[in-house]
Amino acid sequence: MSILEYNGAAMIAMAGKDCVGIAADRRLGIQAQTVSTDFTKVFKMNDNIHVGLGGLATDVQTLHNVLKFRMGLYELREEREMTPQVFSHLLSTLLYEKRFGPYFVEPIVAGLDDKNKPFLSSMDLIGAPVQTKDFVVSGTCTGNLYGMCETLYKPDLEADALFETLAQALLASVDRDALSGWGGVVHIITKDGVTTRELKGRQD
Amino acid sequence: MDTVFGIQFKGGVVLAADQSNARSILVYQNNLDKVKQLSSHSAMGVSGPNADLVNFTEYIAKNLALYELANDGTKLSTKAQANFCRNELAVALRKGPYQVNLLLGGYDEKEMTGSLYFLDYMASLQKVPYGSQGYASSFCLSIMDKEYKEGLSESDALLIVEHSIKEIATRFLINQPNFMIKIIDKDGVRVHSFGADPAET
Repeated sequence: MSILEYNGAAMIAMAGKDCVGIAADRRLGIQAQTVSTDFTKVFKMNDNIHVGLGGLATDVQTLHNVLKFRMGLYELREEREMTPQVFSHLLSTLLYEKRFGPYFVEPIVAGLDDKNKPFLSSMDLIGAPVQTKDFVVSGTCTGNLYGMCETLYKPDLEADALFETLAQALLASVDRDALSGWGGVVHIITKDGVTTRELKGRQD
Repeated sequence: MDTVFGIQFKGGVVLAADQSNARSILVYQNNLDKVKQLSSHSAMGVSGPNADLVNFTEYIAKNLALYELANDGTKLSTKAQANFCRNELAVALRKGPYQVNLLLGGYDEKEMTGSLYFLDYMASLQKVPYGSQGYASSFCLSIMDKEYKEGLSESDALLIVEHSIKEIATRFLINQPNFMIKIIDKDGVRVHSFGADPAET
């Protein structure tokens, strides 16, 4: 039993045409038992940045609080909003600071940079970052997620098509993983705003 | 081995816990009150070693009282209390964890509704309509899944509690003859019933 698989999670972020989408499941479990079916793992940090935190639930919540705090400090000091690149780097540094006692979270960052171009990044629990142009995944069924994304992904999808792709990729992946699922949520971020939709999936 | 569970109903929350104080093969006490009052309108059912149970609940309760004194009588909402507990548990987690699994229930005047929070020893917090901690979950959760309805009345919630206790008495290996049941509503925290009077120690 790995500590990263204690609570269960599945998340994807994908880039489209001048938009990004980020999706996650809703399960909070304690190993085999399901405690809740509306646990939030994707957090809006500002109009341009969403972060998905998958892993140990307590660290998901602690890290969210720490990130909110650090972002607030940045905005007070700089008098401007954080860009996704800066946020991603901040997260990476935060995680490495705990190199020998890490947060058990493997985050994904999805956002629109200051030119409204999609930004995607993911990292491991000690902050090793990876930036991609197409999609990033995290959770207890990354194998499934990678397979689904590789198959369904097409570049330059419009917001509605991106939503469909994300939803199908997520639902199909979690159905083969005992520790994730029990519903889903998808956020589509464009320069005009964020659209959030709940997914109805297999409740098992 | 502790059994703790709770259900939110229309206008409040009911919390129930067994009253056994035991370690290994020895039962020290069978009238322990594990549903500790935190503030005028909140309480938490606690599962875990007696030392952590007492230390943690007293620490939280006194800090909540201090907040009210220091802030001109302002009361903290149930959500705020739950998040305060979460933070204390999260900070302690990597230093010297409190091995307590909690169900925090409270009533809020402003929203005129009760709320129940699941908080495990690692500080994972989740608002739930009903919940349980410990081995009880294997017996109670399915019963609550089936019988719970949104907006159910206090008496219906108590029926579910009764049903759960009966199930545990029938099927759980550990004998837990006494249960403390408390109700939190607009009138505060009150004892609904107990198996053995905790005051008699």
